[in-house]
Amino acid sequence: MGHSYTPGLRVTESARLERERRLPLRGDVLVRVGDVVEPGTVVARTELPGNVQIVNLAAKLSIDPAKAVDSLLQPVGSTVAADEPIAFAKGLFGFGRTEVKAPCSGVIESVSPVTGQLVLREPPIPVEVTAYVSGRVARVLEGEGVVVETRGAFLQGIFGVGGEACGAIAVPVNTPDAELQPADLGAEHRGRVVVGGAYVSYDTLMRARDIGVAAVIVGGFDDGDLKRLLGRDLGVAITGAEQLGFSLVLTEGFGRIPMAQRTWKLLKQHVGREASVSGATQIRAGVMRPEVVIPIGDDVPERAEESGGGLEVGAMVRVIREPWFGRIGRVAALPAELAALETEALVRVLEIEFADDRERRIVPRANVERIAP
Amino acid sequence: MSGIPADIRSILATDCGSTTTKAILIERGPDGYRLRVRGEAPTTVEAPFEDVTRGVLNAVREVEELCGRKLLDGDRIRTPQVGDEGVDLYVSTSSAGGGLQMMVTGLVKQMTGESAQRAALGAGAIVMDVMALNDGRRPHEKIQLLRQLRPDMILLSGGTDGGDVKRVAEMAELLAAADPKARLGAGYELPVIYAGNRDAAEVVRGSLGERTALKTVANLRPQAEREHLGPARDAIHDLFMEHVMAHAPGYKKLMTWSPVPIMPTPGAVGLIIEKIAKRDRMAVLGVDIGGATTDVFSVFRVPGTEETMFNRTVSANLGMSYSISNVMAEAGLTNILRWVPFPVNELDLRNRIKNKMIRPTSIPQTLEDLVIEQAICREALRLSFVQHRALAVGLKGKQQARDISDAMSQTASGESLVNLVDLGLVVGSGGVLSHAPRRAQSLLMMLDAFLPEGVTELAVDSIFMTPQLGVLSTVHEQAATEVFERDCLIVLGACVAPIGPGKPGQPCVTVEVKTASGSTATHRAAYGDLVLVPGDGGERWTLTVTPERGFDVGAGRGKPLVRDVRPGVVGLVLDARGRQPFALPADDAARIDRLRAWNRALALYPKEL
Repeated sequence: MGHSYTPGLRVTESARLERERRLPLRGDVLVRVGDVVEPGTVVARTELPGNVQIVNLAAKLSIDPAKAVDSLLQPVGSTVAADEPIAFAKGLFGFGRTEVKAPCSGVIESVSPVTGQLVLREPPIPVEVTAYVSGRVARVLEGEGVVVETRGAFLQGIFGVGGEACGAIAVPVNTPDAELQPADLGAEHRGRVVVGGAYVSYDTLMRARDIGVAAVIVGGFDDGDLKRLLGRDLGVAITGAEQLGFSLVLTEGFGRIPMAQRTWKLLKQHVGREASVSGATQIRAGVMRPEVVIPIGDDVPERAEESGGGLEVGAMVRVIREPWFGRIGRVAALPAELAALETEALVRVLEIEFADDRERRIVPRANVERIAP
Repeated sequence: MSGIPADIRSILATDCGSTTTKAILIERGPDGYRLRVRGEAPTTVEAPFEDVTRGVLNAVREVEELCGRKLLDGDRIRTPQVGDEGVDLYVSTSSAGGGLQMMVTGLVKQMTGESAQRAALGAGAIVMDVMALNDGRRPHEKIQLLRQLRPDMILLSGGTDGGDVKRVAEMAELLAAADPKARLGAGYELPVIYAGNRDAAEVVRGSLGERTALKTVANLRPQAEREHLGPARDAIHDLFMEHVMAHAPGYKKLMTWSPVPIMPTPGAVGLIIEKIAKRDRMAVLGVDIGGATTDVFSVFRVPGTEETMFNRTVSANLGMSYSISNVMAEAGLTNILRWVPFPVNELDLRNRIKNKMIRPTSIPQTLEDLVIEQAICREALRLSFVQHRALAVGLKGKQQARDISDAMSQTASGESLVNLVDLGLVVGSGGVLSHAPRRAQSLLMMLDAFLPEGVTELAVDSIFMTPQLGVLSTVHEQAATEVFERDCLIVLGACVAPIGPGKPGQPCVTVEVKTASGSTATHRAAYGDLVLVPGDGGERWTLTVTPERGFDVGAGRGKPLVRDVRPGVVGLVLDARGRQPFALPADDAARIDRLRAWNRALALYPKEL
């Protein structure tokens, strides 16, 4: 195979990053190019059109739909209050009067002469977008939002839940293979981005939530605990909208998996520094991974990416499937011919030499991901 | 079609799936068109690449290496073929980028709503929602949903020609009030196809003409008793190319490489299934199980007529990688584990399934892992089939003329067309079926999921190339047919499954097998057993199937049936495990014992688990 691409997650000490902050609908941009922004700075604001109520005037007034417009007490475009009469019709032979009242406050948007329906739009819902990361406004997307530029350390997780959060980094465990325990967390971790090691349990997360931890970054977590956390089995991996009180980012996967050395070192190195975290994950076409951005200023030079790319002999890889799930080693050989697995499937394989015991094993190429040394 | 040479010596065809991009090279030799080699590479719609052509080039490079021919010219496919370099034709299908995601609307959910859904599904779309005036939702709820779902396209239908205009206008006004935005690219208008009452076309244009990219086509249900889905399907294909694909990463470039429009993968597979049903004049069920979605196709006879009806459904969140976790959520762990012949730690299994979801390209390395993956496949197929049966129904709302002779037998309007006794052939496609290390594994996965009744043949797409052959058939029928017959379709064998309850060990069915050379042999199966008569891959066998009293194989209880079948590469399976009902023992030890016995009968795995 000329190129062998493996799924790698970005972990980099210094990169120029851009984050697009866009409104769901057109609105007002509140900052200008070059402005310095903080994570909580509101950069754009808009109003979502209110919900629509449909009122069938023709049916309610027993009139021909073509006459619905004539029945209005106020013209299209008027603002009306809830229960305010909006249309009327005279009764049979001109006696009596039937009225239709507004079911809610809003604006009369249209009346159809074909169906006799009136569209009443409720008041708009305000929406604000914050900068999410510290940095500078690099571009303004006219009427839509901005692009915030920052220079900093950056890492992607493999899975996360919860939305955006921000806080100073704290590392209460000593090693990347340690478990983050409830006792590791105290009042000093309120509003912090807490880094665990290989594993966090549901009970520890509940302790983190009670304390007011902003986010937890950890190697692994059990799916059974995820079900308890979300209150349901997560079927389709589209997350980010959960209201958990904190964000959770898994750097390695499900189960107890030591955090990769490089990720661990990077987070350790920035203890006390502010990080922006997003747990939003979409594992489908147009994949979105959770992320940690640690702005460190313009004076730090940009470093080239060190993870991802092709596989070659000597490259550091991690096995991502049983029977050696989570183990790390170097590529010792890349045989060209297909090899038979225990399943009898004939696939492309590589020979890996594990870092811990120097044992050599054959693994399908599809079952490793390249990691930075 | 312009740009297609008259004399085609070689064809390169790719299918950009949600996980893997597959490339095949077809060459014309003395015996016609044959598959030469196949290559694959991860699909690159996602970051860091975000360009589907990278995955295509990687897959083609693998083909180049395997066949020793140069097919690329830098970062382009070399066409036409000059000497030994390049190919004469390049075609592609795609389901990457999440496929085509649509909403459809009708006036009455069970009538025009269902017809619109069939049109969209037949064109290869994922139907996110069917909206109708009578769907029980209030107008503001519909509007909110339209905004939230952000479909790629909307198909608006409703009313028969000459019928009610007012209610169609109501639906159009609802769409206009919602003012939905397209999923990809904020800068373009949402494509809307109107295929309803022709008298309402002007009113619809008035409501939606300025807000959307509106295209009007012939009514898909011009009369209550007639569907006319072709124009709506064609419009969906056109707008898919013009709007949706043009905004997916890298597709603009990919579209310039081929003179043939890129076809949605399921649309291409559907074409092939329809062709098989037509050619062999039998009811066919096709399934394509992918990473994110599972498509089910069927062609069954409409009861009481000689007509057949094609149906396709897509289970958008049932698949073997991206959607594997949803299979667990929908089927439940108990249903998955019932197919596994060894004890499994549930916590560990949950983590394994989630790890496959977050790293979707990994493959089973151990036998235990393979068995678990195949158990999940059974459940994904089963659930997809349940959804298919619910949608593959006759036209609802039409009046049926009955006379006294057929009043007792005629199927009610709207009843499922899927009749397992009539089913002649099941065709499986998708990585987990096409790449199963032993073909018997694919056969048993399909038997367990679909539980065919009576006599049924089963086949698989050898290396998962039905989509490429589907799109190829639109421009070069001969090449597509020749490769399909010789290199794509692998007949696994046939299954005899008697219907009726019984007791384990009770005599159930006797089958006399007569081969083409005239030799005969008799095989028996007791209730609860699975018996394999190994096939030889070639000739046809004539079966005389005699069920015991109380069992039915399609001719009536206890009545014999004679049927020609292809024994295929696996053979004839006498499946006396029960139909109506089929049940696994509730007791774990007994269940594992049965599963092991059945696995042994088919020599399913290299060792007992």
